[in-house]
Amino acid sequence: MSSSQSGYVRSTMAEALPPPRSTTGVGAWMRANLFSTPVNSVLTIAGAALVIWLAVPLWNFLVADAVWSDPEGIRGEACRFDGVGACWIFIQARIKFFIYGFYPNAELWRVNLMFAIGVVLLIPLLTPKAPFVRTAAVLFFIVYPFVAYFLMAGGDLLGLGVVELRRVPTAEWGGLTLTLIISLIGIIVSMPVGILLALGRRSELPIVKTFCIAFIELWRAVPLITVLFMASVMFPLFTPQGADPDVLLRAIIGICLFESAYMAEVVRGGLQAMPRGQYEASQALGLSKVKTLGLVILPQALKHVIPGIVNTFIALFKDTSLVSIIGIFDLLNTVRAAGSDMAWRSPTHAVTGYIFAGFVFWIFCFAMSRYSIFMENRLHTGHKR
Amino acid sequence: MKKAMVTMAVASAMAVTGTAAHAQLLGEIMDRGYLQCGVTEGVPGFSFPDDNNVWTGIEVDYCRALAAAMFDDPDAVRYTPLTSQVRFESLANANIDVLSRQTTWTMTRDTDLGISFVGTMVYDGQGFMVREDAGVTSALELSGAAVCIEAGTTTELNAADYFASNGMDLSNAVVFVGQDEVEQAYIDGRCDVYTTDSSVLAASRSTFPDPDAHIILPEIISKEPLGPSIRSGDTEWLNVTRWTYFALLNAEELGVTSENVDEMLGSDNPAIRRLLGVEGDFGGPIGLPTDWGYRIIKHVGNYGELYEAHLGENTPINIPRGINALWTDGGIQYAPPIR
Repeated sequence: MSSSQSGYVRSTMAEALPPPRSTTGVGAWMRANLFSTPVNSVLTIAGAALVIWLAVPLWNFLVADAVWSDPEGIRGEACRFDGVGACWIFIQARIKFFIYGFYPNAELWRVNLMFAIGVVLLIPLLTPKAPFVRTAAVLFFIVYPFVAYFLMAGGDLLGLGVVELRRVPTAEWGGLTLTLIISLIGIIVSMPVGILLALGRRSELPIVKTFCIAFIELWRAVPLITVLFMASVMFPLFTPQGADPDVLLRAIIGICLFESAYMAEVVRGGLQAMPRGQYEASQALGLSKVKTLGLVILPQALKHVIPGIVNTFIALFKDTSLVSIIGIFDLLNTVRAAGSDMAWRSPTHAVTGYIFAGFVFWIFCFAMSRYSIFMENRLHTGHKR
Repeated sequence: MKKAMVTMAVASAMAVTGTAAHAQLLGEIMDRGYLQCGVTEGVPGFSFPDDNNVWTGIEVDYCRALAAAMFDDPDAVRYTPLTSQVRFESLANANIDVLSRQTTWTMTRDTDLGISFVGTMVYDGQGFMVREDAGVTSALELSGAAVCIEAGTTTELNAADYFASNGMDLSNAVVFVGQDEVEQAYIDGRCDVYTTDSSVLAASRSTFPDPDAHIILPEIISKEPLGPSIRSGDTEWLNVTRWTYFALLNAEELGVTSENVDEMLGSDNPAIRRLLGVEGDFGGPIGLPTDWGYRIIKHVGNYGELYEAHLGENTPINIPRGINALWTDGGIQYAPPIR
């Protein structure tokens, strides 16, 4: 007997109906996530209003009303009308000044070459498992500073009279170049000095310990702006008149000492987190004190505090803009000085300059923060939850 | 507090190095081959880097005039941009030879800081700006006007004094906290008059969409003499800096400009002949070559030319010459004669 004769049992599966309209699509998603309760509805509407309230004028200022180009060439008049938005051609006109400061135009290739060498050497250092890391490290940390200084400052190479570049006093360095130079030196110096100070602070030798504590507490207790003022104003009072070292050098030394103290405390945080067992285990293996630190303790401790270290680096990078108060022409100061050029006067050119400076700072800080996340993920061995 | 400490530090540094200050700076600069000049970090018309990153402005031109007198080359100058916080220390530390940086000549600065003011490049002071269509031509007509003022500043006090002493009514004044708010209120039409230092007024006006619709009234109601300064104690250098400034003024008074200076060499006027070094030697006694005056005018120009180029009517800043005119034109710029 075949079932087809029965009028009550289906022989085929009923076709699946689409889900009710109220549970699919944009509408349902919005109902579920944005308007599920009256409170949520109000918050959604308020939030949307806020975004529109902020985004529309921002868009108008930065894009719609902004001056991107001028058919009659780059000139200040283009931004001089009522209701003008961002004056981007001002940035276009002065970009060289923002990047190189007062560095002589004919010698800009030297700055570019210095950056190019730096980037080429940094790539293997920042890439995991890259070849030639050791060579690159030696070149970058030992040879490169001298090459970079020679390229920037000029003069007679090794006093041999063979290669001679035009001298460029540090007063003519400036812009983004100077910001990068100051922060790079600060970062490279503060890291090892900070580690040494952190180890010293945990040392059992009273003199070493006292010195490290005194150093760290002294520098942490004064604001950076005071350090810079001391370096630029007070320090020369102790040296013979006219014979004082370069103001840029003094500022860089001040920043390095200041940041080392902060770095030391960050590193010490990592050292504190190391269980005693790690020391004992490496002693049991017969490792010397130096090897214990270098092979067991520091790699783990530093890994723990990567966020803190990068935090300090980012803060340092942004703090470099404080050098503008002692008359050093970093990126921020060049933007401000260019803004006082009457040929460009307009209601918005100065603001546009600041937006540009802020954006440049953001790019570098964001890059550092992404790189730190990348490093954390790569080194997460055994700690990932 | 910090200011007091810095002042003390500078003063003590001056005391310590007091003997060293007798070292003849002029000779040192001549050996070095360039002048070190402290300027602002960017004040329109006074000193700022232009489109080609070259420092320009009336205070920069003063340094160029010094370099022209000493080296016959106005470009033999290295500029150090200084913030107002570090300017006097930088001068005290001999990082610069002359400070030409929007500095008001006051008694305290002249006497306590171990510096000497050379002269007054620009007599600045508080002024008033109004809309041109208001039909006002003098600050004395402002009685009862709505004046935009920044709260808690000397500006406010100066305005109150000025209105009271002239029997005018300031009851409609609108007071704001912050310079930007004052400017915005004036632009928005909340008040008829905007008052602050006249060079600030002029610079601010030039950023308006319609600068021509606003005028700065001729009255200046406070004293802000802005001039270059040097370390005290070096009379030779004081002579060079002071007489360079006087030469700029004398040249204008005598009608010698950068364009006609070569013709003027043949002038019969003995004052011009002395200025340009044709007659007598007035450079020697101050350690400069005989033609120092000629060099200044040839390379840089006279005071009037500098004023017109950087602050005058044809510039966006457009500060009327006012009291900065020569004494012969009703102003107070006056230089002793070269003789």
